[in-house]
Amino acid sequence: MSLLSILGVLSSAIFSGTSLLYTTLGEVIDERAGIVNLGLEGVLLVSASSGFAVTSITGNPYLGILVAMLAGGLMNLVLGYLVITRKANQLASGLALMFFGFGLSALIGKSYVGVKITSLPKILLPGLAGLPPLYSSLFRFDLLIFLVIPAAILVWWLLYRTRWGLGLRAVGENADTAFASGRDPRLIRYQALFVGGMLVGLGAAHLSIAYAMNWTEYMTGGRGFIAVALVIFSKWHPLRAIVGALVFSAAVAFQLLLQSSGLQVSPFLLDTIPYILTLVVLIAWGGNRKHSAPASLGRVYQGSE
Amino acid sequence: MPNRPDPSPLQLVALRGITKAFADVLANDQIDLDIYPSEIHALLGENGAGKSTLMKILYGFYRADSGQILCEGKPVVVNSPHDARRIRIGMVFQDFSLIPALSVAENLALFLPHLPVVLNIKEIDQRIREVSERYGLSVDPHAMVSQLSIGEQQKVEILKLLLADARLLILDEPTRVLAPHEVDALFKVLAGLRQDGYAIVLITHKMKEVLECADRITVLHDGRVAGTLLRSEASEARLISLMFEKKLASLEAKKDHPVAGKDIPLLELKGVSTKGEGLGISLKKIDLQIYPGEILGVAGVSGNGQKELGDAVLGMIRIQEGSKFISGHDFTRRSIQELRRSGVAYIPENPLTMSIAPLMTVMQNMALTRSGEYARLGGFRMDWRAVRADTEVTSKRLGYTFPLYVPARSLSGGNLQRMVIVREMAGKPHLIIASYLTRGLDVQSTIAARQALLDARANDAGVLLISEDLEELFTLSDRLIVLFEGRIAGHFKPEETNIFEIGHLMTGSEGTHV
Amino acid sequence: MSKIEEALPRSPVIQMKFMRAILRYLLMILLAFLLFGIILLISGKDPIQSYRDIFISTFGNSRGFSEVIVGMIPMLLTAMAVALPSRVGLINVGGEGQLYIGAAFATFGALTFSHLPAWLLIPIMMLLGMLGGALWAFLPGYFKSIGLVNETITTLLMNSVAPKIIGFLIFGFWHSPMDTVKTDNFVAAARLPAFFGTRIHLGLVFGLVLLVAFWLFMKYTRWGLEMYAIWNNPQAARRNGIPVKKYLIIAMCVGGAIAGLAGMSQVSGFYGVLLLNFSMSLGFMGFMICWLSGGDPLGIVVMSFVVSVIFTGGNLLQLTRGLPFAVINILLAFTLFVVLASPTIFKGKKS
Repeated sequence: MSLLSILGVLSSAIFSGTSLLYTTLGEVIDERAGIVNLGLEGVLLVSASSGFAVTSITGNPYLGILVAMLAGGLMNLVLGYLVITRKANQLASGLALMFFGFGLSALIGKSYVGVKITSLPKILLPGLAGLPPLYSSLFRFDLLIFLVIPAAILVWWLLYRTRWGLGLRAVGENADTAFASGRDPRLIRYQALFVGGMLVGLGAAHLSIAYAMNWTEYMTGGRGFIAVALVIFSKWHPLRAIVGALVFSAAVAFQLLLQSSGLQVSPFLLDTIPYILTLVVLIAWGGNRKHSAPASLGRVYQGSE
Repeated sequence: MPNRPDPSPLQLVALRGITKAFADVLANDQIDLDIYPSEIHALLGENGAGKSTLMKILYGFYRADSGQILCEGKPVVVNSPHDARRIRIGMVFQDFSLIPALSVAENLALFLPHLPVVLNIKEIDQRIREVSERYGLSVDPHAMVSQLSIGEQQKVEILKLLLADARLLILDEPTRVLAPHEVDALFKVLAGLRQDGYAIVLITHKMKEVLECADRITVLHDGRVAGTLLRSEASEARLISLMFEKKLASLEAKKDHPVAGKDIPLLELKGVSTKGEGLGISLKKIDLQIYPGEILGVAGVSGNGQKELGDAVLGMIRIQEGSKFISGHDFTRRSIQELRRSGVAYIPENPLTMSIAPLMTVMQNMALTRSGEYARLGGFRMDWRAVRADTEVTSKRLGYTFPLYVPARSLSGGNLQRMVIVREMAGKPHLIIASYLTRGLDVQSTIAARQALLDARANDAGVLLISEDLEELFTLSDRLIVLFEGRIAGHFKPEETNIFEIGHLMTGSEGTHV
Repeated sequence: MSKIEEALPRSPVIQMKFMRAILRYLLMILLAFLLFGIILLISGKDPIQSYRDIFISTFGNSRGFSEVIVGMIPMLLTAMAVALPSRVGLINVGGEGQLYIGAAFATFGALTFSHLPAWLLIPIMMLLGMLGGALWAFLPGYFKSIGLVNETITTLLMNSVAPKIIGFLIFGFWHSPMDTVKTDNFVAAARLPAFFGTRIHLGLVFGLVLLVAFWLFMKYTRWGLEMYAIWNNPQAARRNGIPVKKYLIIAMCVGGAIAGLAGMSQVSGFYGVLLLNFSMSLGFMGFMICWLSGGDPLGIVVMSFVVSVIFTGGNLLQLTRGLPFAVINILLAFTLFVVLASPTIFKGKKS
């Protein structure tokens, strides 16, 4: 287990974890407002495919990123319409959105399977210029990777240091009390969904434009559900999500490390560790109010009758 | 109107002729009330006297059917809590409206009228500290509300009103869930507020609060103002007579019934204590016995542990300390199913929410408590014919009729009560827990229900009769206890006591204040 | 024969409600197809031709129709796996996972007892499948009953773990020499028999029999009554002596068992092998079907049929129109959106 392989795991985790972290941050905002989005998989796919398509057409990856963000916001608004305005069940609506995403993304991405694009430039992490190329090549990151931790801090700041964030968290805990304080829970939830959706779109953009640099059907491979688990694991806190995303993405890379040191553990079993950890976390802290879900998560806001 | 000790010509708020009816109950009947600045005004009365309703009208929760609200002499319209807050009226309800997962500061900031886009934590802390230190309401602004004690949460609720610039504070039964030292702390806070010109309305049924801190006392009874007194004019005896408005002589003693075979009690509670969840009451070291052939009455103002007592006997609430025996067998840890199977029936205080499945038909509900008895083929079929037969027999005996094949929730309140009584009595129970048995019933049905209890008693059953109706308790009970703040405050035979003594215990006074 | 005494509401309005329900079903399907037609137009395909193809291939010929039935089979079961726990207010989104584990257990049986005759092996596999599904549902049920964790979250997480366990088992122990993503073909004795030369297998009988049993169970038995009471008012059910905790756990386990049976019937009846990721969202589709039909057994049959028609048609669109198969999900999604967006017209039993 050399330093190189450890660094290799770290680097790999950072690369694959970036899109996961963006997605999780977006879902944290939504769930803090009381809405659970089981359709994240579909949102990711639609954003990834549309971002990729635009990048391919225009040759401009930045434009692709913007479009992906917009697509994410719009997809979430569809969920919002069903869940907030039509007061439909959140789980069913999320799953419907997921199916919608499967189909729509396939339609959008149809002509772009196997197409190559100009991706984002990779910049070396400042201060590492002196390292031998074997090491430094591990730390050539693109713009979105550089921005992901600032994004997490931004989300933290939004939720805990602004008036909007306070109102949002109040809505997620008790929409009636939030209403009594003069706020409009419905509007706040729509806003949360849109902002959250844009972050999810960023995650999708990183996946298709920067990381994989291609488009295939179902390319998100369950990341949407991983994000839902990750939100729980991070106890709905944006800064803890950073750690969580690393842990979740490292599991995959970790197995290579184990193999290189002679340990044969099935990659499948290693993949289950993040979920099992999340379950343990849930069960261990289930009764504790500090670590529990926003109180009105999943509940439909009936509004003043 | 009596004069105030410190002359200040203008009332802060005045209510004139407030009347409000719910269905067929007249909650408020032509009520006049004056509230001045710098005073603590107690609104005293039993449950159902109309205190809460009146204040909820003032706070904009309800709209009065007729009458006027005047603010500083000018009539105002209060259609919602927003309106009330605008004329600087605030109310702390019995169930707090704080968000447990947020901190104190965040809960307060949520209701601050002018909050900047980017939260200035220092400034918010500062503001909180200023107000809290002035009145003795100190609380850690960064603590999460769920970690606070009930007393501390109440401080936060009051802070919320003060920070929102209220000048008339309404507190609904504030000491219901407080420990004794917390009650003293609260009174100090109120005194400080009064000093600074705030007007405080205290809704209560407890003598101690009234006599210790009120400047003026308005007693409500049956929706009407029974009297308004200055503290100096008030004595316990006078207040109790205004509250209960009953003359000693008018209560008839019931027919004497010899208590048969006093050996093994049907129900025995030994040192039973329960832990109240959140805003619920904890029962503290309850000792009681019910022997076959006797009715034990439980008097007290609702909210002093009645629901908890019934639920504890049934097994719905966990008994933390002490034991429960049914006919001599230890049932402390046994399931509700086992309890019911051994012949225990429960008529709860609010059947619709507590023991009825609203969407199921009346008939289906009838089968729920003893489904085992009606199951055939090991459970694969239900013998509905038997259910109907039992229902009809018991209904006939009581003289009740109600539809059988409609969803339960479509029944009127009275019919629901009748339905539950029939269901619980149909199984010929040995022990009956009856909570507010005749609530919502007309005269006929009330007589029938009470007779049913007497008949059960004649068959050596035992009854735990929890009620607010003193007349009912006096006429039916063989023995009487008073429940106050989760404790048994007194134990009597009805013929050996009187309304005043019971009234004292129900309101928590020890008869020492004059 | 004397009339069986019932306790249900007696009202002439019931009959009309039934008629209205059928009409609503039809209306929403029509609306969804209309919207999807617009999508087809946008992507440059002729909607009318496409729909004609779909209907001819599914209703017009017997092979197509039998394929629809084949597709229906697992969905009947996974929908029931959601419907039964929903009758006590549980939300079981774990059909995916329970299905996989059931399939895994059944595969174990197929591979280990391959020497046994069919009349022994099949029931053993059925039992194993149900056991696997029930086990997978037990933990979520238990933790819900003690009030610690919401079953929605736990079942969802366990969904993600299950396929990985399958992968582990296949790669590690069971894979065929030629192919690492699936096991050897099951022996003939481990295969559920099919009917009349179609691919419709015995799983259909499981599904229909269980649906009827479910309906009878809820309507007539004591346990169905008590479950209804729990769903209606859990607090009251407790006071009336109904052992709510026990019901919650058992309901989850039975739901899981049914999903496990679905898994077994897929690997034994449909595929004949255990294949990695063989469930294409069958569990979630079961959830949607149950939700759409309000947990009602007849509705489950109807909606499973409709969904299967959609997907069989999708296969055809891929072959004839060059649209990726995944696009058919849009039609499914529109059907769901239409129902979700009009709660006053149609509302499922779960909320």
